[in-house]
Amino acid sequence: MSKKVQAIYLWWHKPIIDRELLQSLPNLKVIANSGVGMDHLDLKLVASFGVKMANAPYAVSSSTADTGMALLLASARRLVEGYHVAISPGMEYCEADLLGVEVTGATLGIIGMGSIGYKIALRAKAFEMNILYHNRTRRKEQEEQAVGATYCEKIDSLLQQADFVMVVVSLTPQTHKLIGKREMELMKPTATLINISRGAVVDQEALVTALQTGVIRAAALDVTYPEPLPRDHTLLKLKNVIITPHLGIKTDKTTYMITEEAVENILAALNGLPIPSEVLPS
Amino acid sequence: MWYHKPVIKEELLQSLPNLKIVASSGVGIDHLDLNLLSRYGVKVSNTPFVVSTDTADLGMALMLASSRRLVEGYQIAVSPDTEYFPADWLGAEVSGATLGIVGMGTIGYKVAERAKAFEMKILYHNRNQRNKEEESAVGAIYCKKIDDLLQQSDFVLLSVKLTPQTHKLIGKRELELMKPTATLINISRGLVVDQDALVEALQNKVIKAAALDVTYPEPLPRDHPLLKLKNVIITPHIGSATKKTRRLMMENMVESIHAGLRGLPIPNEVL
Repeated sequence: MSKKVQAIYLWWHKPIIDRELLQSLPNLKVIANSGVGMDHLDLKLVASFGVKMANAPYAVSSSTADTGMALLLASARRLVEGYHVAISPGMEYCEADLLGVEVTGATLGIIGMGSIGYKIALRAKAFEMNILYHNRTRRKEQEEQAVGATYCEKIDSLLQQADFVMVVVSLTPQTHKLIGKREMELMKPTATLINISRGAVVDQEALVTALQTGVIRAAALDVTYPEPLPRDHTLLKLKNVIITPHLGIKTDKTTYMITEEAVENILAALNGLPIPSEVLPS
Repeated sequence: MWYHKPVIKEELLQSLPNLKIVASSGVGIDHLDLNLLSRYGVKVSNTPFVVSTDTADLGMALMLASSRRLVEGYQIAVSPDTEYFPADWLGAEVSGATLGIVGMGTIGYKVAERAKAFEMKILYHNRNQRNKEEESAVGAIYCKKIDDLLQQSDFVLLSVKLTPQTHKLIGKRELELMKPTATLINISRGLVVDQDALVEALQNKVIKAAALDVTYPEPLPRDHPLLKLKNVIITPHIGSATKKTRRLMMENMVESIHAGLRGLPIPNEVL
């Protein structure tokens, strides 16, 4: 059986690709990922076995951008808290206490302005948000103007001005713990941190402290490290935190499109053709 | 007047001979008997425009939270029983879906502006058709018959005023016209929806889900079936509940009261 396997379609990071598995599959030609992030793969190891790799970058962007906006809105307007008040059996119904913060007209700082970050900017513009962004490279002027985004070469400048900080980078050695104690202290105490990238981009211990001591107002996280968090982790208990189970791309439409992308990549690899979304070890 | 209290009845008006003005917070005035107040020579004001963006934002928040199963997801993420995240757990896509807006006033239009950025197809039903520029700015298509909107929409959002004409506007017939994969979002008033019909429709999968910022009454009795349905999100009428907006509302109300007490023209007077 193992000699027959020529392609692996990774579904939610499974199976785990290690040396043992690669050695047991001599005819493996390609690993196609169901998503855009490749941080769970040892790219060099896989390449050393002559196996090609591909991700699915195009299918994920709209649904992940939608998730970012959903978390931003839910956190700002205290939607989850509100739900619990509305359905709780012994409720002290006091609407006056459940005030949130405005989204329309607020300042959104996007860290990582790739395809997903840009789609977030397009959505946020419709909410009349003031958009700042920080990226390895600056976008073209027309792209900036189309969403009214202002480039912040220094991340500090973005952190100091933003009411909402949205983290949309890929996880690399450079972005590991990109948002730590220092960065959170630069943020406004009324600001919200939203993470739809990878848990390891944020220093989780520093985040817990910042949330507990009012250094920032709230956080909304679709990703943590690990996933799921240990059941006794402090983040699960904080009132000003929304956590979702890495649902960024989990819609019927997107999983279909991701699978289509993966199949395209697999067929190209098996036919010796250029792979549309090939990922090379850097 | 905050959250429709105190309740204005004849008895109260008789006991307050020098009452000149009732300033009501928010835009809805369905809780006030305008004829009664007029007979006692009491003026009425509301706070119409300041609530629009927050309410539109909440409409979008509810649509996104419902479609992406955010509340359920949160419960999975924090539950003491969770060992791993389920792989076969999916929500529905908002981007590119069809949104039907019932009531294209200020709030409805702001919802359309926001939804357009999500590449949604926008249909709307309104007493009057909006002009061409307004329609094309948001890419909205007019549905003269509400049935057409109901049959095509993935999300039906209610942003009408409560009037005798809109009372139980969405009942059994309307719910049955909706797609079984559709979601109903209500940011108007609880009474615009026939609540019993809604419960049945949700239980029998006539529609997929509902997200309600408003119910009748508010709050619902604690044993109401709506509180127990998995495919329902309810929020406690927080449409305008942000610090900034509440402050602006209060400023507007004070302005109206000052004018009312001085016999000057009243800003935001309701006639």
